[in-house]
Amino acid sequence: MRFNWDNIDRRWIFLMMLITVAGPIIWQLAFPEIPTPYARAVFDAIEDLKPGDKVLVAFDYDPASEAELGPMATDFVHHCCEKKVKMYFVSLWPVGPVMVQDAIRNIIEADYPQMVYGQDYVNLGYKSGYEGVIKVIVTDLRSLYPTDTRGNSIDQLPMCRDVKNIQSMKLIVDVSAGYAGAKEWVQYAAVPYADKMKLVSGSTGVQSPQLFPYLPDQMAGLLGGIKGAAEYEMLVNERYSGPTPAPKYQEALRRMGPQLFAHLLMIGLIIAGNVIYFTQRRREGRSR
Amino acid sequence: MKNETRIWLVIFVFFAGFLAWRVGDAGASRQYVRELDGRVAPATLGDLVAGTAQFSFSRTVGVWVAAALTLGIFSFLYRDNAFYKLAESVLVGVSAAYWMVVAYWDVLIPNLFGKLWPSWVQSWAIPGLSPQHDEFWYAYFVPLGLGVMLLWRLSPRGGWIGVWPLAFTIGATAGLRLVGYFQADFLGQIRNGIVSLAIFKDSHFEWERSIENVVLVTGTLACLSYFFFSFEHKGALGRISRVGVWVLMITFGAGFGYTVMGRIALLAGRLEFLFDDWLWLIDQNHTRIWQ
Repeated sequence: MRFNWDNIDRRWIFLMMLITVAGPIIWQLAFPEIPTPYARAVFDAIEDLKPGDKVLVAFDYDPASEAELGPMATDFVHHCCEKKVKMYFVSLWPVGPVMVQDAIRNIIEADYPQMVYGQDYVNLGYKSGYEGVIKVIVTDLRSLYPTDTRGNSIDQLPMCRDVKNIQSMKLIVDVSAGYAGAKEWVQYAAVPYADKMKLVSGSTGVQSPQLFPYLPDQMAGLLGGIKGAAEYEMLVNERYSGPTPAPKYQEALRRMGPQLFAHLLMIGLIIAGNVIYFTQRRREGRSR
Repeated sequence: MKNETRIWLVIFVFFAGFLAWRVGDAGASRQYVRELDGRVAPATLGDLVAGTAQFSFSRTVGVWVAAALTLGIFSFLYRDNAFYKLAESVLVGVSAAYWMVVAYWDVLIPNLFGKLWPSWVQSWAIPGLSPQHDEFWYAYFVPLGLGVMLLWRLSPRGGWIGVWPLAFTIGATAGLRLVGYFQADFLGQIRNGIVSLAIFKDSHFEWERSIENVVLVTGTLACLSYFFFSFEHKGALGRISRVGVWVLMITFGAGFGYTVMGRIALLAGRLEFLFDDWLWLIDQNHTRIWQ
């Protein structure tokens, strides 16, 4: 490997990034967050729900995005459990039901054992068809979901008996990693049925810029990447977790430590790159 | 031996020694589970106290495989190599198989065969399924027929039969997406762009929201003028489109920033796995029951 300021081997930058991200993880550095209006809007949308209200929770992501979306999915479920709403889990991604199962095991079964499957929450699972699934379930949920992931007929589940379609949901909460995800929920549920359904979403950093134009009319609130998750997590913890929240409810805040240092490194590298570029250009100008 | 090879050899030996120390001394990467009502889940401190926590060999091997694949993928940052290729191939193969199995059990069985032959599916696959036919159950012969026609593409003869279901799929998807985009993006975004430039609340002028709306409207118009090619970008149009370029650049910059944030979060997630589950250097969620 060469080390030359004019032409640094990119692997040195990878190494610097590794150290910068690893350091705050090992020393567990975390910093307080100031919630933006978008994160507060998500919090308020769930906060406005009453016990027993129906909420459709769509986990449209897979393990590839777990590090970014897992914390906000945890916080959504935690918040919904505290509000005592009925959760209907669905997924437009094949691995989504496994992520739902994780959330059920780690949050509902661990911290809310009084909640009963089929009465307070249900995992309806995955269906293929991307936006086609949304298009169908806004008018007819039962034809596409005759059973849940455990093989129970939804007619046997008390919380599903009176649900014909998702228009009876007070809120749609979507955790989205891309296609199909938040954009499709806006296009095929929140916009055509704007008078009946309200949507909030948490999305990956890559997808967030595409979704901001939908705020606030077509989408009530948006958590943009891990930063949005950390802001929302702080709001939920302040309200429901007391002075010492469980570590699993601080995952997003914890991941902001590496973010801070990695971004400082990125800014430093951009400045250094520009300084090197202009220095090089001036040197070339002199030599002519 | 080349200098580079020598350096890597030293790093490997050092890391192998560190790994042996972590596993031997601290018991790193060992996984414990508990069984309740026939379901296996990670053991907690409570399970340890109750004596129901058991060492899980398969999950421990799983952690080692996951760690090896993670490092294999990371190794591409140094240069392309056999470990990276292996990890990549495993990912592709496992994903394809997983998708196929999920599509079969979550879609084909309940939504096609379960609609056409419900009592048969109930008898061997989904006991909870109703044995009664839906009202228009025979309509499901159409997707079944299209599916069979699509498989015809694999046949050496009559490949054209597979083109018909493809045409149906493309046409239906195009129609579906056209309506969605037209409503939510085209009309919806025009509606969102029509905002008041001066906002008053309780007869007080709201500076912040007014400036926000002015930036929104002028930025949108400037960007649109950049993509307006009926006139040459000179004079006033040239200056406005220049502003549009700046707005676009700022947008791309924000998009880049969000992308960087996302990628760092993913890196942090993998490092947390390596440090926590594999090496036991940290205990993020305070869930480790054996130290």
